Amino acid sequence: MQEFFFSLTWLVPVFPFLAFIIIILFTQKNNKLSHSISIGSMVLSWLLGWGVVFSAITTPHLGEHPFRITIPWFPTGTSTFDIGIWVDPLMAVTLFMVPFVCLMIFIYSVGYMGYGTDEVDPHYSRFFAYIALFATGMLGLVISENLLTLFISWEIMGLCSYLLIGFWFQKNYKDPNKITPRQAGLKAFLVTKVGDLFLMLGILYLYSQAGSLSYADTLFNHEFLKQLASTPALPIFGGWSAASAIAALMFGGAVGKSAQFPLHVWLPDAMEGPTPVSALIHAATMVSAGVFLVARIFPLLNVVVELDHTNPAMGLIAFIGAFTAIFSSLIAVAQKDIKGVLAFSTISQLGYMIAALGIGAYVAGTFHLITHAFFKALLFMGSGSVIIGCHHEQDMMEMGGLKDKMPRTFWTFLAGGLALSGFPLITAGFWSKDEILAHAWHEFLHQGVISWPFFVWLLLTIAAFITAFYTARQISLTFLGKPRGHHAEHAHETPNTMTVPLILLAFFALTLGFVGIPEEIVGQGNNWLHNFIGHEYAATPLSIPIMLLSGSLAIGGLGIGWLVYGRKPLLQGEMDPLEQGMKKIRLGWLYEAMRNKFYFDELYQVIFIQGSIKLAEIFYNFDYKWVVDPFINLIARVSRGISDLLNQFDEKVVDGLVNLTGLSGITLADLSGVTDNKVVDGLVNGIADMTGWVGEKVLSPIQTGKVQNYLLIALISMLAIIGIYLVY
Amino acid sequence: MTIPINWYLLVAAGLFSIGLYGVLSRRNAIGILMGIELMLNAVNINLIAFWRYLDPVRMTGQVFAIFVFTVAAAEVAVGLALVIAIYRNRDTIVIEEIDLLKE
Amino acid sequence: MVPIIIFGLSALITLGAALAVVTNKNILHSAFYLVLAFAGVASLYVLLEAPFIAVVQVLIYIGAIAILIVFAIMLTRRIGSDDLIQRNAQWIWAAMGAAGLFLVLGWIVYSVNWPVVTQIVPEDTITILGQELLSTYVIPFEVASVLLLAALVGSIIIGRERE
Repeated sequence: MQEFFFSLTWLVPVFPFLAFIIIILFTQKNNKLSHSISIGSMVLSWLLGWGVVFSAITTPHLGEHPFRITIPWFPTGTSTFDIGIWVDPLMAVTLFMVPFVCLMIFIYSVGYMGYGTDEVDPHYSRFFAYIALFATGMLGLVISENLLTLFISWEIMGLCSYLLIGFWFQKNYKDPNKITPRQAGLKAFLVTKVGDLFLMLGILYLYSQAGSLSYADTLFNHEFLKQLASTPALPIFGGWSAASAIAALMFGGAVGKSAQFPLHVWLPDAMEGPTPVSALIHAATMVSAGVFLVARIFPLLNVVVELDHTNPAMGLIAFIGAFTAIFSSLIAVAQKDIKGVLAFSTISQLGYMIAALGIGAYVAGTFHLITHAFFKALLFMGSGSVIIGCHHEQDMMEMGGLKDKMPRTFWTFLAGGLALSGFPLITAGFWSKDEILAHAWHEFLHQGVISWPFFVWLLLTIAAFITAFYTARQISLTFLGKPRGHHAEHAHETPNTMTVPLILLAFFALTLGFVGIPEEIVGQGNNWLHNFIGHEYAATPLSIPIMLLSGSLAIGGLGIGWLVYGRKPLLQGEMDPLEQGMKKIRLGWLYEAMRNKFYFDELYQVIFIQGSIKLAEIFYNFDYKWVVDPFINLIARVSRGISDLLNQFDEKVVDGLVNLTGLSGITLADLSGVTDNKVVDGLVNGIADMTGWVGEKVLSPIQTGKVQNYLLIALISMLAIIGIYLVY
Repeated sequence: MTIPINWYLLVAAGLFSIGLYGVLSRRNAIGILMGIELMLNAVNINLIAFWRYLDPVRMTGQVFAIFVFTVAAAEVAVGLALVIAIYRNRDTIVIEEIDLLKE
Repeated sequence: MVPIIIFGLSALITLGAALAVVTNKNILHSAFYLVLAFAGVASLYVLLEAPFIAVVQVLIYIGAIAILIVFAIMLTRRIGSDDLIQRNAQWIWAAMGAAGLFLVLGWIVYSVNWPVVTQIVPEDTITILGQELLSTYVIPFEVASVLLLAALVGSIIIGRERE
């Protein structure tokens, strides 16, 4: 039975892909048929996916013996590239999350894109085609058996992200500084490409070492990993081992995709896309692909620790994750856009997961990946419901008092918010976040105060408090008090297609944490999640003080947030109390910086965009004004000079000499005259002509912009290289 | 007496070089396309010769040659469409006057 | 002896016609020499006991591609006349490069000992070829058909008049 489901795993991404093809080619005109096909394909994927997941759960020792089917794909000289599927615990838990969340978002999109109303989107069918293609990419990434298909799926998602962020490409704003969906899509695409380049380098590096990209030959081949960990990397990586270097390069891909510092700038602007897209791509699935990748290559990181007890690449990962977590939670506090808060909250939570993997908390990081996907999708969809309910108003300062107008949205949003802030015991976010903090604490006790686990722990703990605070702020500003704008006054609850997915997700946001309760509480060997995915790594020991601390931080943050924003609700036109407070204690500049995202967009504008324009100018001048062209002209001039000189030499000296010789005998003189005229002149003029010709005709027009020239140069260079090869 | 494989390969090498010369020296876009066709033919002679002398039982060489035909047909169709489009826009197909890379 | 004579003639026609293609001043004449070169290559295929390929060569290269090229020359007026200079400034270098390449290739051809087998060609190559194309190579075959379709659509879109 289990084998049967496993052998069908490859179908999981095929269903949405077929849906994409059918919608794009045939059913674009028919909205109802299009969304039925899209959702239907996702239902099939979901059922089959959960079939695989439950088969995986009931298969004993799946971790030691992952299931693998491959078929030959294309031969590469001596070896063959395979394409295939890989079923292991990490894949199973991710496959639990992805199709379900995708399905919820697909259903929700029917309501959000205005099906059956007057405001139905003009490209409604296309939207469903794109999200189906996106689901193909994500599911393909999860089930793939080698890094090449993983990379292909990764890029499919990048493309879909671009298409979907820019989905409302016609939109323009009056304010020229506000980024349009078109630009936001482009920005996301280009920024993540920076990371993708590193991922590709990492994959190539691994291939150069292993001669294969299959998981079975590389990431799960312990002998090979050990050998890789004792191989020194290229000199550019300092004294790192090849394993660390490859992991660090591949982590670069995760930095781009999961929007970690310093490539985080694309994600907030990605909120220009429709809200289901924000929920699907920029909260639940695509951004977690980066974390999934780091979890995938965790054996590569871990093997270095086994040999050397420490791994500089993991230090880097942990530091970037922890720094991103705190820095973006600070930005989230000062955002006014309801989706802006969630965008930065997502970056911050992804930082948690990355940091967790960086300190070796494999289980905790994966756990948080899954729980976060559920509650962040819930929060995004809740905010989308608010936006639709308030007629596309996104500014929280204009909201308020929606609790009674949109009760379903409110209660589900509250559940998601509590999970995000880690409200003790009854929410999923508490268990996963607490495990990360406990692991960091444990590592810190293990390694001493002056070590990176300490900083990681400290930063993550502060970030946990801030998270609870901005969650309370968001819920209070949106749902409590009285309406502050006319949109909020006329708000209405959204249709069932939107609220039912919210309720289903809220259920998981509250209960999913119970699969990973530490075994000290539920009894030895009963931490199900750890037994399933992390049996080879040491369990995170329970630490009662840390659990108390993180629980009280969550409650404290929520409480203080409620005191500031909820107890005395904001009135219309009133300033944000936090802004008032910070201005009073002369921290207004900090608040400004937080609201402006610490000026990273402006910084990148100056450094990269204007920088590359400057660089282009410099190259232009280098080519035409300063060096290349003047140099070529100089050569031409010098050769002209030399030829003049030779001419003079010919006329004055040689002629004189010839005449002198001519005096000694007429025959000899005649002979010399002939030699002079024919040979010497010819030779001298020939040399002069040729150097002048080379200067003028060869070197100067070498940059012509004509493809034939370049081809010719390529041919001659190739012949020269072959010549050198033949000689030596 | 059978003909040695070297002869065929030599003819193919000659055809390839002539085609390359055409590609590099023609001012006319259609002339360049003709050069490319000669080069593709040279490749096909190689493929068929290798098939005949190295592995005549299986059809791999011939199948490959058929794919080269297909690609050549597609290439010439798109190439000529491009030539006609350029001619219509710029009233020339002299390749030296189409140097947008420099501008 | 007869095959060698046929080979010599075919090779001579092919290479001579090819030279004329790349050097002739009139581009239309070049196109007609191209037909001759293709025909020479087809007779080489016959010598190599690949009759199907030879027929396809005649059908596709002579029947379709060469004719298409002639059409394109006639559609783009003025370029067929004799007084236009048909070779560019770098032709001498191109000739030297091509000659160099020929020397290198010839050297490789003669220095490698080709592992020639003595098997004979099966009776009915066309049947085997058809079966192979629709079994072992069915996916590349379908992909090639998609490529042709894409080229068809693409050239129509590129080539049509814009209003």
